[in-house]
Amino acid sequence: MIRKLFVLFLLVIVGFFLASVVVSVPFGAEKTIVGRYYLNNTIGETGGVNAVTSIVVLYRGFDTLGEVTVLFLAATGLAAILANTRERRKKHKEKPSLIMRVGTDYLFPAAIVFGSYIFLHGHLTPGGGFPGGVVIASGFLMLFLAQWHYKADELWLKVVESLAGMTYVLIGLIGLWKLGTFLGNFLGKGTPNMLLSAGIIPLIYIVIGIKVGSEMTGLLQNLRETTENE
Amino acid sequence: MSTLVLYLALAMAILMLVGAFVVVVTKDLLVAVIASAVVDLVLAILFYILQAPDVAITQASIGAGLTTAIFVVVVRKTKRFEDD
Repeated sequence: MIRKLFVLFLLVIVGFFLASVVVSVPFGAEKTIVGRYYLNNTIGETGGVNAVTSIVVLYRGFDTLGEVTVLFLAATGLAAILANTRERRKKHKEKPSLIMRVGTDYLFPAAIVFGSYIFLHGHLTPGGGFPGGVVIASGFLMLFLAQWHYKADELWLKVVESLAGMTYVLIGLIGLWKLGTFLGNFLGKGTPNMLLSAGIIPLIYIVIGIKVGSEMTGLLQNLRETTENE
Repeated sequence: MSTLVLYLALAMAILMLVGAFVVVVTKDLLVAVIASAVVDLVLAILFYILQAPDVAITQASIGAGLTTAIFVVVVRKTKRFEDD
């Protein structure tokens, strides 16, 4: 009873402060100086048309490296937890349906191409390395669901992922060597709106896309293996 | 933003509230996972309407796609119904 009252009390407090903010700040108004600066200057300073990816990779590139590290640690931690819970109990399993199998045959290549498109065009159109990698991993998820004998090679996943992570740091170090700043844009801006423009943004997004894709595929495969052993 | 889009956004906000309520209340964890996927998907559409397509793509692929898949697998591995 006391606990419920306390929760209600906390909710009222949070609601009060949120409501006061919503009332005083007009919705969607251009307020922040930082946001306006980014929108006005990203094309001139980075050559990337998409302001969001320019911020993520160039202005805040070091934070993104941290983000990639956090994702890597989370995947590793999950694999470590799952490694201890392998019970062997055979379960009756239904075969994947015909629609699932045939649909996956057509959708899997499309998912891979679409994921690659999302991270290759990160500096031009909405998207980037993280969603692109996840789209690729969801293609593999379909494959895991439709063909349960299929198994991605764990060693290759690990190798690809580590190489991608090292390339990210290497690109950063080349920036440090050439320009004196870690993850500095050593390739120049190029012409905006071209595929080969915006310096290191496409490079880093390709690396992130490959890394996230292989990481998530490995994670899904880990989860699936333990379910199959049940 | 035109009035039609505004009403659409309001309807989607209400749908999200209902979905979030279902997630908290239901004892069937699979229903909870599906309801949270609905919340994520509607949120992705709202992000798109509010002119944040980058966030919308990420929300749809990670929030509604991969997280839901992982949750479904975890529910399958553990148990489906919550104890009182």
